[in-house]
Amino acid sequence: MDRENMSVVDGAYAVAHAVNVCKPDVVAAYPITPQTNIVEHISQFIADGEMDDVSINVESEHSAMSLLVGASSVGARAYSATASQGLVLMSEVLFNVSGMRLPIVVTVVNRAMSAPLSIWNDQQDSISQRDTGWIQLYAEDVQEAADMTAQAFKIAENSNVLLPVMVCMDGFILSHVYEPVVLLEDDLIDEFLPGYSPLAVLDPDNPKTFGAFADPGAYTEFRYLQEVAMKNAIPVIEDAADEFKEVFGRYQGGLIDEYMAEDAEIMIIAMGSVVGTIKEVIPELRAKGVSVGIIKIRSFRPFPAEAIRKAVASAKVIVTLDKNISIGLGEGALFTETKSVIYNSSIRTPVIGFMLGHGGRDIPKARIEQIVMEAGEVMKRGITVESRYADLKEELL
Amino acid sequence: MTEKTIEIRIHGRGGQGSVTAAELLAVAAFEDGWYCQAFPMFGVERRGAPVFAFTRMRKHPIKLRSQIYEPDYVIVQDATLTDVVDVAAGTNAGSLIIINSEKEPGQFNLGAECRVVTVDATKIAMDIIGRPIVNTTLLGAFAGLTGEIDLGCIKNAVKARFSGKIGEVNAEAVQKAFEMAGCGS
Repeated sequence: MDRENMSVVDGAYAVAHAVNVCKPDVVAAYPITPQTNIVEHISQFIADGEMDDVSINVESEHSAMSLLVGASSVGARAYSATASQGLVLMSEVLFNVSGMRLPIVVTVVNRAMSAPLSIWNDQQDSISQRDTGWIQLYAEDVQEAADMTAQAFKIAENSNVLLPVMVCMDGFILSHVYEPVVLLEDDLIDEFLPGYSPLAVLDPDNPKTFGAFADPGAYTEFRYLQEVAMKNAIPVIEDAADEFKEVFGRYQGGLIDEYMAEDAEIMIIAMGSVVGTIKEVIPELRAKGVSVGIIKIRSFRPFPAEAIRKAVASAKVIVTLDKNISIGLGEGALFTETKSVIYNSSIRTPVIGFMLGHGGRDIPKARIEQIVMEAGEVMKRGITVESRYADLKEELL
Repeated sequence: MTEKTIEIRIHGRGGQGSVTAAELLAVAAFEDGWYCQAFPMFGVERRGAPVFAFTRMRKHPIKLRSQIYEPDYVIVQDATLTDVVDVAAGTNAGSLIIINSEKEPGQFNLGAECRVVTVDATKIAMDIIGRPIVNTTLLGAFAGLTGEIDLGCIKNAVKARFSGKIGEVNAEAVQKAFEMAGCGS
């Protein structure tokens, strides 16, 4: 990475800056808790005359997303940012957005769900919205969150896709960290991201309707076409990452990214900022002779089934890490999904799942080492516990 | 990966600018050729409540996202915190604790194996800035005592954050603390 072009800024600023560079026509947000610094920075850009006055404050997240539905329907590039309860308050409208095939981009600053009240990080908020029909991308660091913002608009607006995108970044861990980043280059963006040319817009001179009534004779086909669009997004996400590399010179992976995974016997699958910590632990364990690698999930929806099947080829045990839980199943989403894409293939590698880092509980390197060691035991003795919390405090129960 | 990472923990009370200090250290470290990371101990911020902030610096990019458990350096903005927070937590014999106090280091019983240094940053800040805000002043002491970050880079970071006269007096306080800390060590 070239240091000359880097600035030390906070994660929310880097993303807000990237949003500005992507020239949205409308930004709508509810400006109080659980809002993020992203829209605060955007407001500052506007106040300082560095950004067109595209921001509209509304009275709730439900209203924010509803306003973007209107904006996107008439052909605007539309953006918002939210977190935790705010995202879930948008939920009803999220289904409308994907059903109407509106390429809205939202940054989800991942935070735990209440109750009990928590302002801290985990990924329960976005995971709870996985079936809304939105593409979900997860960032490992601030640079990726900023770069992914530009990729998100490009993916969403692709005429073979036309689906909304959530760019997910871990709350506080990434949104509030100061670190060196290359702020998204304004002079290169036009080459990568042309203006949005919608296939169809609401226009009084050429009346159409969006999201209209579909009776049992047609509803299934609308839903099917959303699934087709998700499938279409698979190569588009890869292409967006490749094109981004060509124009900006940075690459953080396509659907997935692999690190020391090629020959790894213990294969970690994870997403979000914990990937960074894992990438620092892996070389240390490798130096001690532990064969371990990681598959970083960048795209959780569409879920990269083929890419995962290929990437786990060398694995003798697969271990997933989840900052979420499906209560009643006792598993995190990555665990469930990973098993589901492997089971009907010829792969018979055992998969174990750990949930950790919920409600902001810190994930030190030692926790990752302990997980890798336990995975090593599974290679020798088989699975004893399929899925559990890695950082449960028994003494509090 | 065996390469040295320098980890700094800053203790303060809500409103004392601990997070700002951590950020300024990161900005200065980067200008001085380091990669860096600064982050708060994410919590519910209330004025006066004990808070922490962290800075991590290394010659190569930092991917690690965990909090800091074994700091090389600890900066304590308010000496009364030593009664309520274990400011020596995680330190080892090679660590250094810098406390803002007019007292002698021996008057603090931190149970620390490491060296403890006091700097009367409040006096410096009152004399030069005219307010008992010591976060920038202590960064000058940090530079003087540790030699880890160039003084000029710290002053640049301070002046970039606070414009005009405020930036000037803060940079002057940084310089003064640097000189006093350097002489005292």
